[in-house]
Amino acid sequence: MAETMRPAETTELGVGPLVPPQLPLAGEEDFEIQLESLNQWQLAWRRFKRHRLALIGSVAFGLIVLIAIVAPILWPYDVTDIPGAKTYGGDAPGLAPLSRLFGTDFGGRSVLQQVLVGARISVEVGVFTMLIAASLGVAVGSIAGYFGGMIDGFLMRFVDLLLAIPFLFVILVAARFFGGGDVVTLILIFGLLSWPGLARLVRAMFLSLREMDFVQAARAVGVSDLRIAFRHILPNALGPIVVSATLIMANAIVLEAFVSFLNFGIRATDVSWGNALSNSQGYLLNGNWWWPFFPGMAIAISVISVNFMGDGLRDALDPRARE
Amino acid sequence: MTLTVERATNVGPPAADVLLDVRDLRTYFHVMDGLVKAVDGVSFTIKRGETLGIVGESGCGKSVTSLSIMRLLDIPPGEIASGEIWLDGQDLLTLSPEEMREVRGNDVAMIFQEPMTSLNPVFTVGDQITEAVVQHTRMSKKEAWNKAIESLRLVGISNPERRVKQYPHELSGGMRQRVMIAMALSCDPKLLIADEPTTALDVTIQAQILELIRKIQDETDSALMLITHDLGVVAEMVEDVAVMYAGRIVERGTVEDVLVRPKHPYTEGLLTSIPSKGMRGSRLNVIKGTVPNPFNMPKGCNFAPRCPYRFEPCGAYDPRIEDAHPPDVACWLYTPAPGQTSAPRQSGPERQAGPMTTGAPT
Repeated sequence: MAETMRPAETTELGVGPLVPPQLPLAGEEDFEIQLESLNQWQLAWRRFKRHRLALIGSVAFGLIVLIAIVAPILWPYDVTDIPGAKTYGGDAPGLAPLSRLFGTDFGGRSVLQQVLVGARISVEVGVFTMLIAASLGVAVGSIAGYFGGMIDGFLMRFVDLLLAIPFLFVILVAARFFGGGDVVTLILIFGLLSWPGLARLVRAMFLSLREMDFVQAARAVGVSDLRIAFRHILPNALGPIVVSATLIMANAIVLEAFVSFLNFGIRATDVSWGNALSNSQGYLLNGNWWWPFFPGMAIAISVISVNFMGDGLRDALDPRARE
Repeated sequence: MTLTVERATNVGPPAADVLLDVRDLRTYFHVMDGLVKAVDGVSFTIKRGETLGIVGESGCGKSVTSLSIMRLLDIPPGEIASGEIWLDGQDLLTLSPEEMREVRGNDVAMIFQEPMTSLNPVFTVGDQITEAVVQHTRMSKKEAWNKAIESLRLVGISNPERRVKQYPHELSGGMRQRVMIAMALSCDPKLLIADEPTTALDVTIQAQILELIRKIQDETDSALMLITHDLGVVAEMVEDVAVMYAGRIVERGTVEDVLVRPKHPYTEGLLTSIPSKGMRGSRLNVIKGTVPNPFNMPKGCNFAPRCPYRFEPCGAYDPRIEDAHPPDVACWLYTPAPGQTSAPRQSGPERQAGPMTTGAPT
């Protein structure tokens, strides 16, 4: 059959038979070593485990999240609860020495308690700011990058506008204006102002990824735009997005502390790491180092562990990483 | 226009046995420096189950032609300025984007040049094939998965049950091209477009892949449009061939006619510039000059500045393949030019067998 299709003159043409007649069709794969195939998540987990610092970071952050959930329930903090005051209910039985572990503040309240209970607000601010910023950033960035043209121009000019506004100034004004020291308000303000950087990143990733051959190949089998953008391109951009999202989270934790320190953030009656730092301001010169030290360390440790975790996730989620 | 030659005025859908009928396709690109006429009036047909090769050098418009058929060009800067593309009784250029998505993968499938980058690194081979199947059929995920295994077996991948769960980076280049072919075949397309399917592969794998495409085309009875710059591949793979130069088809016919008795001086030039064993020690023939600048096309025939046979009408009048009888070559050597009573040649020069053999083992 194959012989009849071949024009008789081809050898005269000098374009001699390219196809040796009886080539085994599937020879090459027989030489490959049989390997157990792992799925994407198993592979990612394997790469993540190999990243020591990332593992330490995620364990540390996991602990912080656990503390943030459990501590306020087991050891409720009340700003009016001052040892020596008439209303003071006293430390839980047997916990008295423990509660003095990080020392006490001017009211005699446990610094350890403030660090533990204060974790809740920091984690809330970090996680939810990150979720809002990541969703907005990914949505805007991918639409701009995938469709390009006018849509891209419009969205990116809006991003430029947001980035041109002095971030801190807006946060301070907005926090004071809408504030009242509410966590939800703070998260919304942070979230709505933190996404432009991520949107730019996602757009840049989409601009380069949409020119990839596999996108053209997906189009050639009739895959829809929406599916190409979110199922084909987005997973390939996941690594940088995750890193950027963790940076946003770390940044939000620092920002909360900073804004609270300036008394523009969480209301003073709530406990947060920023408030603890803020309260310690005037007492620092007296040599009360433990008072700002432990909340400060809590902030530093959580930010570092989040960053390590992001670093590990990036390496683990890179689809092109080989074993 | 002084030239009035009665042309077959094609109105309405083509005959039933014609699968693909491209009529006067013009694809332009609006770029910073002006207008590039990448495809400038191309017409051809492919009947059901038949094979057509399109050859030409880089930038002659062969890939743009195929992307125009698939409607995969970015618009803008691209623009399909005019023409009709009839596939199986419907003009693809009149379809809505959603209707066109149904055609892609289902009626026409494409095999790309770069198997290394044409598969998405985050999906398994099976995921990618099933996506195409689920897109176009009513099959469930499970059935589609079995179909994927089936098509992998069809393209000669051993142990498809295991391969289907692997990621592209676990496969070699030849295997990935097999997967691409399996993906293209999964919905039983009526037309298969292969755009330089073997350019990125090494020579032994090339031969296997070509053999596979021919075998599959033969078994499934789909039509094949093979785009290549390799005349050897054309000679092996297809029955009919169209030679493109600067956005136009300059010669077409059966493989025997075009490769043995080339009429157009460009085709002749292409054939004589293949190195061969008998030519050892002598200089290789080349086509002098370069492809014309798209912003500054020569007056008259596009090939005239490089043509060794050019004479007076070539610099003045633009030969069109539609004006020839039969319409197989766009050259004033074979068609009386305006003001001329007869054409200098009736048939192409018979090429000598000797000096044209390649160094390929026979």
